[in-house]
Amino acid sequence: MSFHLILFLAFGAVCVGGAVNLLAQRHPINSALSLIAVMAALAGEYLLLGAEFVAAVQVIVYAGAIMVLFVFVIMLLNAAEEEETRGSRVAFLLGVPGVLTGSVLTAWVVLRHSGTEAVAIGALPGHPTDIAQLLFHDFLLPFEVTSVLILIAIMGAVVLASKPESTARKVD
Amino acid sequence: MVPLSYYLVLSGFLFACGVAGFLIKRNIITIFMSIELMLNGVNLSFVAFAAHWHALSGQVFVFFVMVVAAAEAAVGLAIIIAVYRTRGTLNVDQVNLLKL
Amino acid sequence: MSVGVFILVSVIKSLVVLIVLLTAVAYTVWLERKIVGRMQNRWGPTRVGPFGLLQPAADGLKFLFKEDLTPPHVYKPLFLAAPMMAVIFALTSISVIPFGNSITLFGYSIPLQITDVNIGLLLILGVTSMGVYGVALAGWSSNNKYSLLGGLRAGAQMVSYEIALGLSLVGVLIQSGSFSLRAIVDAQGGRFLGFIPRWNIFHWQFVGFFIYLMAAYAETNRIPFDLPEAETELVAGYHTEYSSMKFAMFFMAEYANMITVACLATLLFFGGWHGPLAGPPLMRALLPVFWFVAKVFCFLFLYIWVRGTLPRFRYDQLMSFGWKFLLPLAIANLMVTAIVVAW
Repeated sequence: MSFHLILFLAFGAVCVGGAVNLLAQRHPINSALSLIAVMAALAGEYLLLGAEFVAAVQVIVYAGAIMVLFVFVIMLLNAAEEEETRGSRVAFLLGVPGVLTGSVLTAWVVLRHSGTEAVAIGALPGHPTDIAQLLFHDFLLPFEVTSVLILIAIMGAVVLASKPESTARKVD
Repeated sequence: MVPLSYYLVLSGFLFACGVAGFLIKRNIITIFMSIELMLNGVNLSFVAFAAHWHALSGQVFVFFVMVVAAAEAAVGLAIIIAVYRTRGTLNVDQVNLLKL
Repeated sequence: MSVGVFILVSVIKSLVVLIVLLTAVAYTVWLERKIVGRMQNRWGPTRVGPFGLLQPAADGLKFLFKEDLTPPHVYKPLFLAAPMMAVIFALTSISVIPFGNSITLFGYSIPLQITDVNIGLLLILGVTSMGVYGVALAGWSSNNKYSLLGGLRAGAQMVSYEIALGLSLVGVLIQSGSFSLRAIVDAQGGRFLGFIPRWNIFHWQFVGFFIYLMAAYAETNRIPFDLPEAETELVAGYHTEYSSMKFAMFFMAEYANMITVACLATLLFFGGWHGPLAGPPLMRALLPVFWFVAKVFCFLFLYIWVRGTLPRFRYDQLMSFGWKFLLPLAIANLMVTAIVVAW
């Protein structure tokens, strides 16, 4: 029971608990907060694998910016608890056992047919300098393309979320 | 030393929970959050394999997944706001007519 | 050193830093009341103890004994959790801040920092990003339209100025070549051109410093950027419905953030603990801490001075300043620094 395994299980328990809580909660704000907990625990998992820069970026970008957007939208639209309809009950009765069976089967197959390849703690140190080397030399084109993608997303979000009167042109 | 398969099982479970949420939930924001959960599961898989095969490209690819997730979150939430303004509801079961 | 000694030293360091930080937070409140009072030609606290020095203790007792109201229609779990989140994130960022060089005690060399992480600066940025939740969720869970507006405004302001904050730090990073705070300070030792200390503010990062200062004032919700908690605008913004200890926690979080910003400004732009050293070895070990604290004190004084002097921005002025002026300036600073360093 090495310390690595204990830490992995601790972060993994938070991940699993957060994911199940996201499904179980009826109010979207509770689901959002459990998703933030999942992301923070995943940042811990990345640190265990040595990916320190990725863990920091996960907290800054994912948990600190994208989820803030979600929380803002939930607050703005005053989202309320979900009502139970016939469709949602059917989905629940079929979906939960189905997904559970699928994941248990997959887990069993993976665990049974895997060798003993173990990953050491901090296996691949992801120093910012090495990642930058890769990002700006081998992956330069995808990097530039994603920056164009973000520009398009900004323009799209501004246009979609603006009120209809402000985008209508006034004809004198 | 944790076997690689443990990381893959955790990643698969997160992905499965994301799929379940996408299919089960009725509130459009929660469905969107399930998509983000799926993306996070995949990110864990990328980083685990990068550590296993000592290939840093796995960690670099996580950046691209995060960038795409951010762009998609921005546009998707704008669409959700627009849908709420026109339909007045966040329940996907009630957004079922092409005509307002 | 062995694992047990390491854990013991870390626990002792954490406790010492926590106690010092909480006392500093309390006395920063006293300092602010005194200095703003003097600027407004009045005394400030004078009655409780000499020069009003026991005022923070009296305030602490008051907060403990005040009735802790929870209004009936709030969303209770988040109402209770939001001030806790604000304080936790405010106190976490102090864990990577170095106060001086290593000292040697009982044969062990102990660096004056709780932990030196390779990505220390990114950790502080991450904790700053998470700090938005304390404010936004407090505003929403209060079930009060003024709190909601204050929380949304504060959240949007913090998210907007985070970008300029991060970009202003990248100039420093390019010059120092590392994210670790200790390495950044070590790169600022020595002098250039003979007599000017090699601090980053003189070593070509003065634009970065001013961007950092303005973005940090907006991040910590201080005047001139404190519209989200202004009394004349929004009752009290996101902490309207909070009383007694929970309100005190928001206060503590705000002043702890101020102190963290001041510490970062000295570390990144003013050479941290570098300063003239003299005297016997014990003094040489402790003088760097003294220089660090003196510089942090200057920044806190600047914070309070600005609070007593400037009026506050309107919200649209604030947002357009952040997006249309500070962000392009930060990007330009980054590009110029990158070009100069690459040559």
